[in-house]
Amino acid sequence: MTAIHVGNLSKTFPRPPGGSPGNSRALNDITLDIATGEMVALIGASGSGKSTLIRHLSGLVIADRGILGKTGEVTIAGEQMQCNGRLSPHVRRLRTDVAVIFQQFNLVGRLSLLENVLLGGLGRIGFWRGSLGRFSRAEKLAAMEALARVGMADYAMQRASTLSGGQQQRGAIARALVQKAAIILADEPIASLDPESARRVMESLAQINAEDGTTVVVSLHQVAYAKKYCPRAIALSGGSVVFDGPSRALDVPTLCTLYGAQCEELLMDETLGPDSASPVDDVDGVPSLRAVGIRGV
Amino acid sequence: METSPRTSAAVALPAVDGRARTLKLVGWGILGALLIGSWKGAEMRPFDLITYGGNMKVFAQGFFPPDFHNWKMFLEEMLVTLQIAIWGTALAVVAAVPFGILSAENVAPWWVVQPVRRVMDSFRAINEMVFAMLFVVAVGLGPFAGVLALFVHTTGILAKLFSEAVEAVDPRPVEGIRAIGAHPVQEVIFGVIPQVLPLWISFALYRFESNVRSATVVGLVGAGGIGVVLWEDIRGFNYAETAAVMLIIVVTVTLLDLFSQRLRKLFT
Ligand SMILES: Nc1ncnc2c1ncn2[C@@H]1O[C@H](COP(=O)(O)OP(=O)(O)OP(=O)(O)O)[C@@H](O)[C@H]1O
Ligand SMILES: [Mg+2]
Repeated sequence: MTAIHVGNLSKTFPRPPGGSPGNSRALNDITLDIATGEMVALIGASGSGKSTLIRHLSGLVIADRGILGKTGEVTIAGEQMQCNGRLSPHVRRLRTDVAVIFQQFNLVGRLSLLENVLLGGLGRIGFWRGSLGRFSRAEKLAAMEALARVGMADYAMQRASTLSGGQQQRGAIARALVQKAAIILADEPIASLDPESARRVMESLAQINAEDGTTVVVSLHQVAYAKKYCPRAIALSGGSVVFDGPSRALDVPTLCTLYGAQCEELLMDETLGPDSASPVDDVDGVPSLRAVGIRGV
Repeated sequence: METSPRTSAAVALPAVDGRARTLKLVGWGILGALLIGSWKGAEMRPFDLITYGGNMKVFAQGFFPPDFHNWKMFLEEMLVTLQIAIWGTALAVVAAVPFGILSAENVAPWWVVQPVRRVMDSFRAINEMVFAMLFVVAVGLGPFAGVLALFVHTTGILAKLFSEAVEAVDPRPVEGIRAIGAHPVQEVIFGVIPQVLPLWISFALYRFESNVRSATVVGLVGAGGIGVVLWEDIRGFNYAETAAVMLIIVVTVTLLDLFSQRLRKLFT
């Protein structure tokens, strides 16, 4: 069963006046299918289009109208989320089935963690009850259970803004759990975390994938984490899919041919992985020398 | 100042920006021309203050000593003034929440934002005294006319302040709620309002402070409260009582300002 289908998706952001000319495509004719229950890593250097793709999958951004007879589309469990530059009229219902964990600041800072987690159920309960925030006892228990699952139950009454980055990230996962979505999209959930917090967040996601059969797509900067937790990896570069296959096939030469000079950035933290033969040394210096050269001009 | 030739070669004063200097001169010139041009229209006669110095002295002496014989009535009317301010502000806050949200560009579409903003602009542009006179005609003399006047004018002001706060919110938590599949109204309730609430409360209290001051003057046109007493004393050349009333106003407004400032600090 296909959980996510992306067909010929392209996105061009309008260039600000006076911006540099050149290819402004954030996404370039992306086609991919993700099956129900998969755990997929989305990797790519900064600016490669990971966040943009995730925002398209949840219908937060609308793709370009089709060109050359191709109509870009995103389909969630067989239903069109967007097609040919138009959002589905059922986009709100479809979104309830796609939980998004943003890189940061996705919780409402002034609400307590528990309130934030309860909001995950908004899409499934009546408009008035949801708007008045009248959550039932059962829903509150479910929210506490979700918090317990990510090890955050003790912080339920704390204001979200006072939690650490990793704690907020796990709170966001709890909110996604309460949403009971069939698909979780996590956008660089570990980018700003220390290794221990990063490990716990990734463990939580892997556990949800294994136990609930939730489809998980997680964008990552570090290839090492992708290899450790995700059987499949999709690599983006300049808005195009440049690799789609088993993550263990992502060895250093492959990555360096895929990313060229950018591979240094991707291979940071490589020590985590099983084959960590200090790959950074090979390319060290080349990109930074170039950077210096550019600055000197 | 003495500098070695080496340093003076490396460090040079930035070139004098001739354009900036001209602009500054032009600016002062315009200001001067404005003041001189307005002299006649405003019928400025500063020497009258000296010529009629004697009269002024007699006039000023009329205020002393202040006459507090009717203090009970003064306090009652002062209380009515406060009550006008309380209701005028409360109604305005209630109205300014939807209007403020609907005139925020990051929430409502432009074809809602623009008309709502224009209406709010007109509420703000017209002084509460003018509204008071109109409402006195519409609902008769008395405090209710004052409440309505403050309500309309303050709605215009608060809606603008509220919408500016809404436009400055962090969009990311709002997007987080949108991604859940929530209704757009729920995006505002749970994503926007928690972010702006402290600021909104502070704005509302601040407007309450100024509305207490305004409520004392809407009485001058018959819209109830201490202003009515003040107007009648002035018209009847009863300056000793006028002084007493003004003192009561000053003390009340000062106390409330202090209290409200304390309260506002709690929320920001
Ligand atoms: N709203 C926008 N307006 C204009 N350009 C945008 C917008 N959002 C993204 N882009 C551009 O699209 C490209 C891809 O950005 P995106 O945020 O998807 O990268 P990313 O892979 O998530 O990078 P990072 O790892 O740094 O988060 C970038 O060149 C970015 O400048
Ligand atoms: Mg990103």
